[in-house]
Amino acid sequence: MTSHLGLLVLFAFFVALVSATISHDDPAAQFRFGARIFGGFVGAGLVLGWLMYPLPF
Amino acid sequence: MRLRFPQALGYTRFVTVSAATRAQTLPPLAAAALAWAVPGLGHFLLGKRQKALVFLVAIPAMFVIGLGLSGRLFPFDFSQPLAGLAAVAARGVGVSSLVAGWLGYGQGVVTAASYEYGNTFLIVSGLLNMLVALDAFDVASGRK
Repeated sequence: MTSHLGLLVLFAFFVALVSATISHDDPAAQFRFGARIFGGFVGAGLVLGWLMYPLPF
Repeated sequence: MRLRFPQALGYTRFVTVSAATRAQTLPPLAAAALAWAVPGLGHFLLGKRQKALVFLVAIPAMFVIGLGLSGRLFPFDFSQPLAGLAAVAARGVGVSSLVAGWLGYGQGVVTAASYEYGNTFLIVSGLLNMLVALDAFDVASGRK
């Protein structure tokens, strides 16, 4: 798989999973924290991608 | 976990040891070293088995994906500081990164479209496992 978006989602998933597992013990808190990290990664990637879209280089 | 205690009278007594007690019996540095060597092993020995399973699956998966994306396991060449730091970071995965290097994996294909993605997966998998090792140290020393 070499899709930029697919790799971004895969990367965000693994980082969110491990970070949430390290930082919290309660499953609900792990889910909330992991979802925030995952959403942050994917959202920031999409926003930055669109912001850079008009750039000629 | 059951530990065997030989008794003076010639019989053997088995004692059930709780996870908290086991955490006290595993030295923090040993927990961190084992967590570095095999992702999740430190937490497993400290009784945190669900966390151990997540680390055992997720971190090696990231590492293997990085190799599959033609990423490079950089050599320890600090004349190029960023490459040297990338080498240190990727070795954070532990024994599997050393074995992969010995077996010739991780040569990196610079012309591949996924080369930089592969490097990112390799480096971040190592950095995450370093965090896991630090967490195992904290758990073993009773801070968490």
